[in-house]
Amino acid sequence: MTPLVFTLVVFGISLAAGLLGSLLGLGGGLVVVPALTLLLGIDIRFAIGASIVSVIATSSGAAAAYVRERMSNLRVAMFLEVGTTTGALSGAYLAGHVHTRWLFMIFGLVLAFSALEMFRHRHSDQSPVPPDALADKLRLHDSYFDQSLNKDVAYRVTHARLGLALMYVAGCVSGMLGIGSGSLKVTAMDLAMRMPIKVSTATSNFMIGVTAAASAGVYFARGDINPFIAAPVAAGVLVGAVGGSRLLGRIRNQLLRTVFIVVLLFIALQMLWKGVHPS
Amino acid sequence: MNEPASRPNPPAELVHKVELIISNILRGGVILSLLLIVSGTTLSFVHHSDYLSRPSDTKRLISSKTEFPHTLKETLAGVRQDRGQAVIVVGLLALIATPVIRVGVSIVAFVIEKDAIFVALTTLVFALLLLSFFLGKAEG
Repeated sequence: MTPLVFTLVVFGISLAAGLLGSLLGLGGGLVVVPALTLLLGIDIRFAIGASIVSVIATSSGAAAAYVRERMSNLRVAMFLEVGTTTGALSGAYLAGHVHTRWLFMIFGLVLAFSALEMFRHRHSDQSPVPPDALADKLRLHDSYFDQSLNKDVAYRVTHARLGLALMYVAGCVSGMLGIGSGSLKVTAMDLAMRMPIKVSTATSNFMIGVTAAASAGVYFARGDINPFIAAPVAAGVLVGAVGGSRLLGRIRNQLLRTVFIVVLLFIALQMLWKGVHPS
Repeated sequence: MNEPASRPNPPAELVHKVELIISNILRGGVILSLLLIVSGTTLSFVHHSDYLSRPSDTKRLISSKTEFPHTLKETLAGVRQDRGQAVIVVGLLALIATPVIRVGVSIVAFVIEKDAIFVALTTLVFALLLLSFFLGKAEG
């Protein structure tokens, strides 16, 4: 494969990763890492470096559009980010002291269970959201413009404290396992805080970018971000994410949720596999 | 219970203006980094015409022993020598900086909105991000 063909192939894969990542709030590492390592035989170190870049690209590319359309909830993001960052710090500290094998299995089971829960509650968008004093106090409730319904949709946020605790766990898990935790973030916002799925994925997108940016400096200094690989990844993911953010407005919540559940199951299996067969 | 009565909301117009500014900063960062990455890549291909025909170059470029700028000093030196890879790295760094700048701007935004709780929360997040950055650096 000549460098030109390589660049074009990686750009194409990243385009798809950015599209999917921006729609689902997952950041795109999910697609980028296996494609680079398994398909193109790239060193895992460079693949992870490129994946960090892809998470930031998804986040920023999509967020530029989301904020304007009020899709991502900045207040919820900042509130939850307190849990994620403290969690990530404790996770990084704990990393040397726990067996990642069991963690991968537990994480896989939690995700599989979440997917099941989300499937069971797939029609619960209409039921009333229980009041929450903390969410009121922090004024987390908001509205967004839903293009598929062609109207402003007001929503209320609940269980803010539980959400914060779950974000701490999500941050801990990503700190210990070195993986993004967009899947846990979206699930927590959806199941516990009862936010609309579009708002959940958009808000998760914003958060994972912020968290990834904090660790990206380290990867850069360590020489893990190879520009020859990261350039087509960043460019592809950026363009894909902008496209995905356009699509998010038009897509129906129900469909998005179904796609998310399928991908969640896929990640769950991937994690269980890593637990059973540690590399 | 439609509107929480704890405090008066800031004028919607102001909030909207602030959000638009944040959105534009993000957009600017994204466009700038994309331009740099694309021109850096183009520059690399212009300088090395064999990149279009020699598969062995790909092996060399993705090998774990390959060399590329990974400090600010090397990067700036590379840019002065008109090297494509260094220009790409500048674009990647602009991309990495964008979310961090956004959090910083959000602090200002909440100050303008006179929202003390969120000024505190966002400042805390910003401090934690810097902390994890420096802790990671010490480890690496």
